[in-house]
Amino acid sequence: MSRDKVIKENFTKLQQKSRAAWESLRERPLILVGTATCGRAAGALEILKVIKEELAKSGLEASVLEVGCMGHCYAEPLVTVYKPGFPPICYGYVTEGIAARLVQDFLGGDDPCLEFALAALEANDMVPAFTDFPRGMIEKNIILDKCGLIDPENIEHYIALGGYAALAGALGRDPGQVLEEIKASGLRGRGGAGFPTGRKWETCRLAPGEEKYVICNADEGDPGAFMDRAILESNPHQVLEGLAIAAYTVGARQGYFYIRAEYPLAVARVKKAIEQARQAGLLGTNILGSGFDFDVDVFQGSGAFVCGEETALIASMEGEPGLPRHRPPFPATAGLRGKPTVINNVKTLSYVPHIVERGARWLRETGTDGSPGTAVFALAGKVINTGLAEVPMGTTLREVVYDVGSGIPGGKAFKAVQIGGPSGGCLPESALDMPIDFDSLSQAGAMMGSGGMVILDEDDCMVEIARFFLDFTQKESCGKCTMCRLGTRQMLDILEAITRGQGKPGDIELLLELAEDVKAGSLCGLGKTAPNPVLSTIRYFRDEYEAHIKERRCPALMCQSLIAYYILPEKCERSCDACVGSCPVEAIYTNEDRIKVIDQQKCVKCASCLEACPPQYKAVIKLSPPELVNEMGA
Amino acid sequence: MVLTEEEKRVALEQTGSILENYPPDRGNLIPILQQVQEKLGYVPLVAMEEVARHLGVPAVDVYSVATFYNQFRLIPPGKHQVKVCMGTACHMKGGHIILDCWKRRLGIDVNQVTPDREFSLERVACVGCCTMAPVTVIDDEVHGKVTPTRVDGLLFSFGVKIPKGQQKEGETVEQG
Repeated sequence: MSRDKVIKENFTKLQQKSRAAWESLRERPLILVGTATCGRAAGALEILKVIKEELAKSGLEASVLEVGCMGHCYAEPLVTVYKPGFPPICYGYVTEGIAARLVQDFLGGDDPCLEFALAALEANDMVPAFTDFPRGMIEKNIILDKCGLIDPENIEHYIALGGYAALAGALGRDPGQVLEEIKASGLRGRGGAGFPTGRKWETCRLAPGEEKYVICNADEGDPGAFMDRAILESNPHQVLEGLAIAAYTVGARQGYFYIRAEYPLAVARVKKAIEQARQAGLLGTNILGSGFDFDVDVFQGSGAFVCGEETALIASMEGEPGLPRHRPPFPATAGLRGKPTVINNVKTLSYVPHIVERGARWLRETGTDGSPGTAVFALAGKVINTGLAEVPMGTTLREVVYDVGSGIPGGKAFKAVQIGGPSGGCLPESALDMPIDFDSLSQAGAMMGSGGMVILDEDDCMVEIARFFLDFTQKESCGKCTMCRLGTRQMLDILEAITRGQGKPGDIELLLELAEDVKAGSLCGLGKTAPNPVLSTIRYFRDEYEAHIKERRCPALMCQSLIAYYILPEKCERSCDACVGSCPVEAIYTNEDRIKVIDQQKCVKCASCLEACPPQYKAVIKLSPPELVNEMGA
Repeated sequence: MVLTEEEKRVALEQTGSILENYPPDRGNLIPILQQVQEKLGYVPLVAMEEVARHLGVPAVDVYSVATFYNQFRLIPPGKHQVKVCMGTACHMKGGHIILDCWKRRLGIDVNQVTPDREFSLERVACVGCCTMAPVTVIDDEVHGKVTPTRVDGLLFSFGVKIPKGQQKEGETVEQG
């Protein structure tokens, strides 16, 4: 029997077994509970417990599965119920009471409890589906398509829904053909820089040497980004399959997942996925009878942002401090232990099985010419629908913020979108109609980055956000290059002074000058991009810098040294003392008119009183500059 | 910080049993240190020296790795580890205010331990729960949408009571 026939036969057996298991699961009602880290933070494990208890109490027959993240993180905890005769319905903001009712009334009776439903998973006549909403028109799920719908700890679910077919297909072909497919697809690295994946693989494939490595870079260090975590927690097999195909293509026999230690659940789920793949014969020696040997280990990162950079990542795997080195030689020719090494981001590898399965042309149908495929964003900050979104490249920022994200909560005004983490920049309203792809974003002074998108509204100070990112990069600078180590320190000192109201005329010009020097004098991406948040905020929000420097005023009322909290006497309800109780330092007292007053000496500016004051009074306000308090009293 | 003889003995014993599973290859340094920290909660100097001996590298190399990476703790942590997320989303939603609250309530600064060794306070870059911002992680349990009052509530759930009007600034009071 020929080699590809053997592979096909072995895989078909695996597929049939998995499909049978998956279908038997669907014979009974099925309840999915999203227990990725975001769901757990919202209490998903308690919901899971309640559902199991209720099922036991009622004696109803149903399967309960823990699944990953569907991307609708704003509505966590999420529960999805499959019941024969009904469309699959997803419920959001589930409390223990709602969970109990879903079991009693929906499973026990026939009331689908539509008052708690978020949407149905597929179009039907009963409940609006996710695809009926504006975001459904824009989103296109390729690498998130199974996230939240399968048990990430069960390989059979992944296989039953078409998983590992791409690996089986690739193993039956010549590695060179697989490489051509990836090259033709125009896939670009989703870690941030957008380097063509096919070219990276080709370099490694052609590099001399028997021993080669493939590494999945899951050191997602950008604050504000959680796409990689969600994918690893929700569908680890997809990434593992991509890694195995990469290994087959370049000729590697050993692979690694480099995962941040801050993601314990992702580490656990990936380890389990590797173990299951080994048992199923999809990893190890002679995979599916193809004669190809490949195994994978997990290496946990140790909390250094710079290790997301390829050469620093390799240094840390070799037991050294994570200092980047000069390139070339690139890791594709001399990487881990000096051997040719391909390092790809989680999302990049996630596309690989889809491309191999459906072809290069299929990927090019989505997205733009220069950036085919989709972009995955983690929406966070001042946006209603926080969570994950996968949209075709070329979608505008406005569509992502307003249609997918449903806009800004609380009727506030949009100010900027911070994209690309500490290496990216802040884009204002005027840039919202720009299509998102690798090239247009870098022209606008931001960058694609790994996909973190933080939306900022009128209450966010742009100087403060620049200071925040620089504080991060300054702390995370490994210290190798002088300009990065000391230049960012100088810039940070200036920014801190500005946010404290101690800025001097000429500070903005000095920042611009230092920014250019830091860019020019740094070896790796961390230093080269560290000034971007400062540069982009000066470019688009120079007036805010000037207000801080010239008027000692924070227009967004955010910089703590430049604001004071004040209770408007005419609005204070007098008999209410919500603010008094909320104050952690007892800075609020009642005066002879029973009006509450803040003792400015004691106030720690924690905003508790502002939040505690009932919305019908809105008596607590922020003032900037803080000296205004004296004028108000007079 | 000076360790007691007993602490040193335990540290050496645990480190020794961890080292048995690793061949003396420099590439194992970080996994070994992670194991030591998992077992002991921190990486004491005696353990670093032992690891250096096992791998055949100078102790200063082990020290440089242990101090380069944010993950490694060189002093024993508190019984409960409070980690305040300082990621972008948490920062914009008041993460620094929450950190201030923890500092004030526990009476310690970041990377310190309360004198009774009950709590230690750390800042983390981002735990990837940006949609739940601001986030505090206590002993691997993620708490989302934390407010200053929630900080008091969390402390209360650990048996720490803050009686109104009695505490001095930054003092924690044990219940009972």
